[in-house]
Amino acid sequence: MRDVIILGGGVTGCSIARELSAYKLDLLVLEKNSDVCEGTSKANSGIVHAGYDAKPGTLKAKLNVRGNEMMGRLSEELDIPFKRNGSLVLCFEESGRATLQRLYDQGVANGVKGLEILEGDAVRALEPAVSDSVVAALHAPTGGIVCPFLLTIAMAENAAVNGAEFLLNTEATDIRVISGGYEIDTDKGTMQAKVIINAAGVHSDFFHNRVVGKEELKIIPRRGEYCLMDKNVGDLVSHTLFQLPTALGKGVLVTPTVHGNLLTGPTATDIPDGEDTATTAEGIAELTAKAALSVRSLPSRSVITSFSGIRAHEEKDDFVIGSPEGFPGFFDAAGIESPGLTCAPAIGEVLAEQVAAYLKAEKKSDFIPTRKGIPNMALAGPEERSRLIAADPRYANVICRCELVTEGEIVEAIHRPVGATTLDGVKRRTRAGMGRCQSGFCSPKVVEILARELGTDPAQIRKNNPGSEFLTGYIKEDI
Amino acid sequence: MTKDLVIIGGGPAGLAAAVAAKKAGIDDLLILERDNRLGGILNQCIHNGFGLHTFKEELTGPEYADRFIREAAELQIPYELSTMVVDLGRDGNDKIVTAMSRERGIFQIRAKSVILAMGCRERPRGALNIPGMRPAGIYTAGTAQRYVNIEGRMPGRTVVILGSGDIGLIMARRMTLEGAKVRCVAELQPYSGGLKRNIAQCLNDFDIPLLLSHTVVDIKGKERVESVTIAQVDEHLKPIPGTETEYECDTLLLSCGLLPENELSGKLGVPLSRVTGGPLVNESFETEVPGVFACGNVLHVHDLVDYVSEEAAAAGRKAAEYVTNVSESVPADDEAPLRLTGTNGVRYTVPATIRLSHMEDSQVIRFRVGSNYRNATIRVTAGDRVLLERKKNVLAPGEMEQLTLKKADLETLPAGSEIVFEIAM
Repeated sequence: MRDVIILGGGVTGCSIARELSAYKLDLLVLEKNSDVCEGTSKANSGIVHAGYDAKPGTLKAKLNVRGNEMMGRLSEELDIPFKRNGSLVLCFEESGRATLQRLYDQGVANGVKGLEILEGDAVRALEPAVSDSVVAALHAPTGGIVCPFLLTIAMAENAAVNGAEFLLNTEATDIRVISGGYEIDTDKGTMQAKVIINAAGVHSDFFHNRVVGKEELKIIPRRGEYCLMDKNVGDLVSHTLFQLPTALGKGVLVTPTVHGNLLTGPTATDIPDGEDTATTAEGIAELTAKAALSVRSLPSRSVITSFSGIRAHEEKDDFVIGSPEGFPGFFDAAGIESPGLTCAPAIGEVLAEQVAAYLKAEKKSDFIPTRKGIPNMALAGPEERSRLIAADPRYANVICRCELVTEGEIVEAIHRPVGATTLDGVKRRTRAGMGRCQSGFCSPKVVEILARELGTDPAQIRKNNPGSEFLTGYIKEDI
Repeated sequence: MTKDLVIIGGGPAGLAAAVAAKKAGIDDLLILERDNRLGGILNQCIHNGFGLHTFKEELTGPEYADRFIREAAELQIPYELSTMVVDLGRDGNDKIVTAMSRERGIFQIRAKSVILAMGCRERPRGALNIPGMRPAGIYTAGTAQRYVNIEGRMPGRTVVILGSGDIGLIMARRMTLEGAKVRCVAELQPYSGGLKRNIAQCLNDFDIPLLLSHTVVDIKGKERVESVTIAQVDEHLKPIPGTETEYECDTLLLSCGLLPENELSGKLGVPLSRVTGGPLVNESFETEVPGVFACGNVLHVHDLVDYVSEEAAAAGRKAAEYVTNVSESVPADDEAPLRLTGTNGVRYTVPATIRLSHMEDSQVIRFRVGSNYRNATIRVTAGDRVLLERKKNVLAPGEMEQLTLKKADLETLPAGSEIVFEIAM
C-alpha cells in the first residue's frame, strides 16, 4: 500500500505533490490525461488575484491572500515567469461606487495590502488605454499574472525530482474505503493508499461522494471562453482590468499575459459536460462586446486563438479542503475554481501539513526546493544565447519562428522529469506553436523531433490524448 | 562579417533577386535560408502549372525552383541553409543582420543593402474565430501539403476544406489523388479566392462541390475532428440559422488567406501597407528604409510565381544599383515621388510610390480588386488627366491584375502628384 495517491495532475494536485515531496513519503499522482496541466489549469486567466473578491472568512479569501504572498518566492524557486502588474476593477457608473467600496472593505478585511480607490482620471493616468466611461476603479497593486502552464509543470517537475511518481494516461474510475486506507479502481488496475487526495477538478464531487456515501458535493462545470491576441498588441494595457458588472452582465477581464500577449475573457456558462471545451460564436461575441467597454479601442482583429476552460464550481460557492468527518486519510481539494490558480501554493501548503500530521511523516533532509526552467532563447540575452549554443548547437536551430523556440529547448522539454510526450506538452513547456501562426510551420517539425526523441514513428505522435494523432497513414494507402 | 547585399529567404523571390543582383555586378552577396534547402514553399508544390510565363512551359514547383537554384549555382552565389534571421537593425546606412544556425551559432552581418524575401504564412483557425472544439485534425492547407508532399504522410482520411484559396483547391485535388475523400470546399465569400483554372482542374474534375457563401460554424470531436458544421452566410457574411449541415469528417483544412511575414521588417521600422500587410515600396521595390528592398509574397501575396520572379529580379537589380551608389557616395535625391493609390474597387497598388529619377521607361503596376466585376474598365488618373484606361471582361479578387505605366506619360506631372487607380463601370 502506498502512502499517498493524489487524484489529478492539475495545478492543485501538482502543488500538493510538490509540498508533500518534502516529506519521506511514497507519493503517486494519477492523471487521466496524457500530461499534467490538461484540465482547468490549462485554460484560465493566468491571474494571481489580490484577494478582495472572496467574502471574509471563506477558504477562498484566506488562501487567496496567502497564495498571492507565496507566489513571488515560489516563482523564483521554480524559475517561472510571474509579474506583479497590479489590477484595476473598473467601475462604469456612479451607482457602482458602493460595490467598489464593498470590494475595498472586503479586501482590507481579507488582509490585502495597498488597496486604493482611484477616480476615473487617476485610473487613466495609471493606465492610459482605459475607457473614458470609467468613473472610478479599485487598484490592487499586489495583483499579478503568471503562466498557469509553467506553474503547474514546474511544480510537477520539482515534485518528481524529489521522488514523486506521476502516472499519466491513467483514469481513476472508482474509490472505496478499505482497512487502513482506500482502494482506487483505474483503467490500468486497482491500487491502494493510506491517503487519497482528491484534486480531481470537475470530477472531484464524484470521488468525495463515493467515499462518504452520499451526494454531499455538487460540482457545476462552468465554462469560460477566452480570446488571446497577438503580442503586437500585448502592451495595450499593463494592469489586469476587471469590470464591475455592467449593463451587459458579469464582467470580463482584459489583461496582458506574462508572455506578452493580450487576453480577454472569460464568459461564464454552466454546462452539463465537464469536458465540453468548445467555444461558441455567441460566447466570443459576448466577451468581445464586454471587453470593449474597458478600453478605448480593443484590437479584436488581432485575435490569434480562442479557447475555453471549465471551472469546477461547487454549489456552496467555496473550496472544500481537508478531510471529511469520519473519513480519515481522505483529503479533499475540491471545488477549486477562481481564484484557484492563485490559491494553489497555499492549498498545497495547508494539505501537506494535514497529510504529514496524519501520516506522522518526517521531512526529508535532502529536499530540493528549486528547479531551473527550460532555457528560453527568445528571452535570453546575447551572451546567454552564445553560451547555450556553444554547449549545444541545437539551441541555434529555430523550430518555431513566431516565438523563437529552438530544437534545443524542445529536446530539453521532452527529456525533463514529467517530460513532454505530445505536441501540446511541448507547446506548454516551450511556447512552440503558441504564436501568431498557431503551429502551422512548426507542428510537422515538432512531430518529427518528438518521434525521434521518443524513439517512435511520427504516426504515433499526438496533440494530447490517445486518439489525437496527427497522421492517419501513408499516401496512396487507401486507394 | 560584412556584405554588400544580404537576401533574407532562399525561395523563388530570394533566388531571383540574388541572380539579378549578381548579374548586375554584385559579387559580395549572401542568401540566408531558414529551411534545409533552397526553393522555399515551391518544394512542396509538386503540382504543375508553374513557369508558363517565364519559361513558356509547364513545370512543377520543385522544377521551377530548380531552374533558379541551378542558375544561382552557376553564378556561384553563396548561401547559408538552416539559418534563421532573428534580428534586423540599422547602424547609420548599414543594416545589421543577426542570424542563427547550428553550424555558425549566432552571428552578425553588416550589410549595405538587404532584400526582404521571407514569403508569407497562412491565416490560422484562431484568427478566423471558428467556434467549436480544438481537436487534432485541423490544419492549414499548407501544413497538410507539407505532410503529404514532403513526408508522404496523410493528415486525414475524410476532409472538409474551408476557404477556396489556391492552396485549398490544390489540396482538394491532392488529398483526393492520395486516397482521401474530400467532401466539399466551403467559401465564405460569394466568389472563390483562387484561380479559375484551379477551380476547374482541382474541384470540377473530381466532382468536389464548392459551396460559395458558406462557412464553418462548429467543430465537433474531443481528440480528433469528428464533424464540422457548415452554414450558409448572408450578405453580411453572417451564418443564416437553419441552413446548417453537419459533415462527418476527420480533417478540416483551412485555406483562408495568406499573410506576408513581416516580423523582421517591423524590427527595422519598415512601414507596412494596411491592405497587403507588406512593406510600402517605391518603383525600385525599395521600402521606406533606404537600401532595404522587398519582393515576392513578403511584399504582397501573388497567385503566380512567374510574377514573383519578375518582381524579385527588378528588386535585385535595384539593390545592386543602390549598393553601387552608396559605395560611390552618390547623394540621395529628395524629389517628392508620385503617389499611387487604389480606390473604387482597387484595393492597393505595388509600388505605392514612383520616383521619376529612378523609373525605367515603363513600370508594371500590380494590384488586386475587392470583388468580382464584369465588363469593367480600370482607369488610371492624375488629377483631371486620364493616364490609362483598360477594358476588362472579368475582374476577380483572386486574380492579381497589372498595368504598365510609361515614363513619358508621367514626366509632365507635378512632383508629388497622386495617381489614382480605380474601376469605372
